[in-house]
Amino acid sequence: MAYSNLAREVFQQEVNNLREAGLFKEERHIHAPQDAEIEVEFPAGSSLKRVINMCANNYLGLSNNPEVIGAAKDGLNQYGYGMSSVRFICGTQNIHRELEKRLTEFLGTEDTLLFPSCMDANAGVFEAILNDQDVMIADRLVHASIVDGMRLCNAMRDTFKHSDMGHLEEKLQDHQDKRYRIIITDGVFSMDGDLARLDEIVELAEKYDSMVFVDDSHASGFIGKTGRGTHEHCGVLGKIDLITTTLGKALGGASGGCVSGRTELVELCRQRARPYLFSNAVAPMIITGALKVFELISGSTERRDKLEENTIYWRRLLTEVGFDLKKGESPIVPVMLYNAKLAQDMARDLYAEGIYAIGFFFPVVPRGQARIRTQLSAAHEKHHLDKALEAFVKVGKKFDILGKSKKEIIAKYGM
Amino acid sequence: MDDMKQVILDYVKREYLEEDDDTEIDESTPLITGGIVDSFSMVSLKRFLEKKYGIQIPDADASPQVFDTVNNIVVLVNRYLEK
Ligand SMILES: Cc1ncc(COP(=O)(O)O)c(C=O)c1O
Repeated sequence: MAYSNLAREVFQQEVNNLREAGLFKEERHIHAPQDAEIEVEFPAGSSLKRVINMCANNYLGLSNNPEVIGAAKDGLNQYGYGMSSVRFICGTQNIHRELEKRLTEFLGTEDTLLFPSCMDANAGVFEAILNDQDVMIADRLVHASIVDGMRLCNAMRDTFKHSDMGHLEEKLQDHQDKRYRIIITDGVFSMDGDLARLDEIVELAEKYDSMVFVDDSHASGFIGKTGRGTHEHCGVLGKIDLITTTLGKALGGASGGCVSGRTELVELCRQRARPYLFSNAVAPMIITGALKVFELISGSTERRDKLEENTIYWRRLLTEVGFDLKKGESPIVPVMLYNAKLAQDMARDLYAEGIYAIGFFFPVVPRGQARIRTQLSAAHEKHHLDKALEAFVKVGKKFDILGKSKKEIIAKYGM
Repeated sequence: MDDMKQVILDYVKREYLEEDDDTEIDESTPLITGGIVDSFSMVSLKRFLEKKYGIQIPDADASPQVFDTVNNIVVLVNRYLEK
């Protein structure tokens, strides 16, 4: 047997090391559809606990929407369960193309290509388009999937300090000798919840002859007046050369992602992006479900408006009782704690109080920037948020951090 | 401190620290294992050294270990300057 006892021991030791370093991740089993309140089995084997969910990407509350479920069922009946093929062999149904057109319209781009996920879109897009005469200049806080995609591409890589336009400009000047430059950023940053300054980025791109790439996974469907994304919010619709986004968050939450943008760039992805070429097509019921999502959000901004109200309300509540929040206007609201253990301990106590939110710390966020990230949803009602606040206040008092500044929290708990 | 150390240290501070970041860095501070420079952003440091000192550092030599402290980087640069 090639998997020897020694190999087993070595790998087991690696797992143990993760545990000891506090990096071990444990799944929590949810015994219900995704929603504002969920039933959770944690730790495994324990009885179910009903908690308010403050950590889903279910921004528009569509993950368990009856109309979306109905449309998915219709898709299942009409188009079958699965495609058993990659797109370019026999995995493209008329509805796949229909959804791509719908996305193009919604995002205000020229063309769109679906991928199995946005992780896959980000993994494939750069390699498909750029070569070693080009340079990719990325914000230092872009999502891990973009980092992976950049690693797979042989164009030169560079980074700029998070949202630092002066630093970005220096880099653009520095790389004028390349064939093409591309500025790479998230629209909404998933850990901090702040928005990229796309208006300034587009201006710099025009000044220094650069393309612009935006991953709008945490924005599509709700950021901007009609929810088209960060480019709508910043007034630069039509000026982003490449957008990637996911169907796995606000837009129904099932799965699937896309590359959307300039016709030729999307065509190059269709010809060359490996996760598109070599992975199965998105299942038909997800496509028809997503088409329903676009019907719902194009007809009314009610859901995104409610999400915005919830966000403002939640931020106001937390601020009033004296929590230190990261500034921003997205439904990602990070409560800053700076110390990793404090973040873990508080998240554990919140859970005991019936509030499910996650503590994040190095290496997921920079060292000394530990936090509890809360995420709002249009599925939340005021009573959910009021109850969540009660728990936050109780736990905040226990750790004596209410009304304390960054300096004071660090003085008490360390970084 | 000699000149090269200072130049590299200055670059690291300017390139990797945020304005409101008062982290103290000296020539033996672990940059990568210390979470100050992520391995992905290390590329700009390598480019800076190559331009500034007119050397070529092969990717195989630009490992996170070698780039972990300014002291190590100085040793590396000197090795290429001698070649
Ligand atoms: C910014 C960003 N991009 C991409 C992804 C990946 O999306 P998907 O779940 O569709 O692979 C995520 C999800 O975690 C994300 O936050």
